[in-house]
Amino acid sequence: MTGPLLDIRDLSVAIKGTQILRDVSLKIEEGEIVALTGESGSGKSMTALATIGLLPQSVEVSGHLVLDGQDLGTLSERQLCDIRGRAIGMVFQEPMTALNPVQTIGAQVAETILIHTKTTRKEAEIRARTVLERVGLPADRFPLGRYPHELSGGQRQRVVIAMAIALRPRLLIADEPTTALDVTTQAQILELLRDLTRTEGMGLMMITHDLAVVSDLADRIAVMKNGEIVEQAPTRQLFEQMSHPYTKALFEASQHQADLPQAQCAPPLLRVQDVARDYPLPRRHPFAKRPYFRAVKGVRFDINHGERVGLVGESGCGKSTLTRAILGLDPVSAGQITLDGDPVYSSGQPNPMVQRQIQVVFQDPYGSFNPRHTVARLITEPFHLLPDPPQGAARSDAIAEALTAVGLSPDDAAKYPHAFSGGQRQRLAIARALIIKPKLIVFDEAVSALDVRVRAQILDLMADLSRHYGLAYLFISHDLGVVRSITDRVLVMQHGAIVEQGKTAEVFEHPNHPYTRALMDAAPKLPRIGGNGA
Amino acid sequence: MLAYLLRRLIALVLSLAVASVVIFLVVEVAPGDPASYMLGINAQPDTVAALRSELGLDVPKVQRYLTWVGGMLSGDFGTSYTYRTPISEMIADRLWISLPLALLALLLSTLIAFPAGLIAAARRGQGSDVGVMAATQLGVAIPNFWFAMLLVALFAIKLRWFPSGGFPGWDDPLKALKALTLPAIALALPQAAILTRVMRSSLIDIMGEDFMRTARAKGLSRRQALWHHGVRNALIPVLTIIGLQFSFLLAGAIIIEQVFFLPGLGRLVFQSITQRDLIVVESVVMLLVFAVITVNFAVDMAYAIADPRLRRRA
Repeated sequence: MTGPLLDIRDLSVAIKGTQILRDVSLKIEEGEIVALTGESGSGKSMTALATIGLLPQSVEVSGHLVLDGQDLGTLSERQLCDIRGRAIGMVFQEPMTALNPVQTIGAQVAETILIHTKTTRKEAEIRARTVLERVGLPADRFPLGRYPHELSGGQRQRVVIAMAIALRPRLLIADEPTTALDVTTQAQILELLRDLTRTEGMGLMMITHDLAVVSDLADRIAVMKNGEIVEQAPTRQLFEQMSHPYTKALFEASQHQADLPQAQCAPPLLRVQDVARDYPLPRRHPFAKRPYFRAVKGVRFDINHGERVGLVGESGCGKSTLTRAILGLDPVSAGQITLDGDPVYSSGQPNPMVQRQIQVVFQDPYGSFNPRHTVARLITEPFHLLPDPPQGAARSDAIAEALTAVGLSPDDAAKYPHAFSGGQRQRLAIARALIIKPKLIVFDEAVSALDVRVRAQILDLMADLSRHYGLAYLFISHDLGVVRSITDRVLVMQHGAIVEQGKTAEVFEHPNHPYTRALMDAAPKLPRIGGNGA
Repeated sequence: MLAYLLRRLIALVLSLAVASVVIFLVVEVAPGDPASYMLGINAQPDTVAALRSELGLDVPKVQRYLTWVGGMLSGDFGTSYTYRTPISEMIADRLWISLPLALLALLLSTLIAFPAGLIAAARRGQGSDVGVMAATQLGVAIPNFWFAMLLVALFAIKLRWFPSGGFPGWDDPLKALKALTLPAIALALPQAAILTRVMRSSLIDIMGEDFMRTARAKGLSRRQALWHHGVRNALIPVLTIIGLQFSFLLAGAIIIEQVFFLPGLGRLVFQSITQRDLIVVESVVMLLVFAVITVNFAVDMAYAIADPRLRRRA
């Protein structure tokens, strides 16, 4: 055939007069992997949705989308339904919610086949079985009758991929397919996508915000900003040249190293001593003895005054359980957690004396604020932990100081959270943690939802604050690059136990435990070329 | 699934036991002695005592409770103080009206609500949605006894299609159904309006889910996606409301029964309370509790059928 598989020419999209995409042009050849990258709101997903014809109904579209010589813009909705799933397959970001919870995986994969071909249900199921094998879900462990809730995130993503490739589409669109997955799972899914593209001769449009993910996967990369493609080139060339300053900025921010103050040789602040935590499981029958699941097994570590400690591990490893115990939200089943010698949880309830010394910043900058409260009210919430919280002028001074410390203005106190961007909200969350002058701040995936450039700024802010206030951090993240940039020491957790700990640089350079090594190998890395990527 | 079923069954039996104790205690502590009420103010104390022993009111409470529960388990609900007839017979007669009436009303309301909710959700914001929502607003607002009177005025008095009240018995099933039609419509109207709104909002929630987008990406049209993936997921809240409505319809039809002169369960409770026929009150209330709990059990089972995730959970 002549011409590219997918040819997007001068695609523009506007919603109610607001330009979302501006003259986007992009070509994808058979068997080629093209990555679309950029920050949130840059128009990556819009380009994908436009290609598959699933834009919201109220948008105005101009330009040409040509697939295999056929202009998709001229097709009726009925014809588009025929294209979707047959000629174009799509994989979405959230494997946990992308599958219908009340249908078996077999039925959902077979559905793609049944919609587009004249087959019986039985034949469709046989073909579904073959496709599931192809994506690495063998029949003995994953019969067609399984339901999505019985599978892990990575397994669900395989089912979604199976649905998308069941009819061997010409083009596969993957919108952040691994963002919600652990690094080792991510590596497997990326490998699967690469393999499928090469062997089936599909074109792959890979959408991701993570430059490292695409650096050794994509043949070509297109960088988007504000609805425009600012630079596109073959992968190697792009990393070597980085002709557009925005590409360079993204690259630098992705491997940003915060300037940490020297770690002090201080006495231990937080001591976690042989902590275990059990969760009750449902009884097998009403009179059975209740079984327990040990989520955290004999964990022991210290955090010194002013020290930054990272905690890494994959989902389900017990990070969250341990965090809850450290924050005094849950009792422990065995062992003890103390801060400056005082237990965080004593005689059946959290110890308020200790709670005011530990504050937490969570991942989701949108979900962690009540939208109906002003900033002043939101960031003074921890004051309820104090025996006599500051009133009047003292209170306003505390608010102003906390807001200034995180790089916001004291005038912001009267505003509501919706007036702030994601990065600014995370600054607010840090201000809320700072306001009662804690000794330890727990960052629970606190920068995971942020764009790389914003993330770099927040990491710098954390380093500054640690320097100024002598704060100790417990930094929990699945992103090894971030942990490396902001911590002095790192703990690696697997199956509820700490399998390796040591100085961050040493653990990253010479991992001892096989699991740590597997994590490091699976983590996507940026090429050491171009810019200042040395 | 079996564990889930067993757990629910145990919960069912426990609820019934607790309910029986509560009902017995509440009715017992209510003021007013049935024997003196039946004999009037001028009755001699020894006559009252004689009646009390005849009615079995003089034995200790625990023993009376056990006799009552034991009787019910073997199908003997005791004898009415007022009518001196077996309560089981009285209840059976009334149940033959109340149960079909409730089922008919529920069927009607479901038949109206499902398509209406589906249309409103699928065409959200369009004319048909606005129309359906306005109709449900009206349906909730109109008192059903007034609506019942309008029905009688039109269909019974003016058009003479249906009888205006009374119940001829089930000897002629067609006649019986005709007698129940207008009351069932009057009962179904507000229920259908509520159910439509629940169905609509539940579907609209589901339509925003990621898996609906996945379904569209597979090549399903909007309508197919809604039908194949939306409806079953939207059913859980709808089932909850249907369960609640059935229990309400069974016992709560008292006003409609009054309007149509139907000797149903609602009227039986009302009459027994005014006549201090405590044992009838106890038994009917216990029966209603039984009905409510069984319906809830059925709804729980329906949940598990609709949603595989619940089969595993406690």
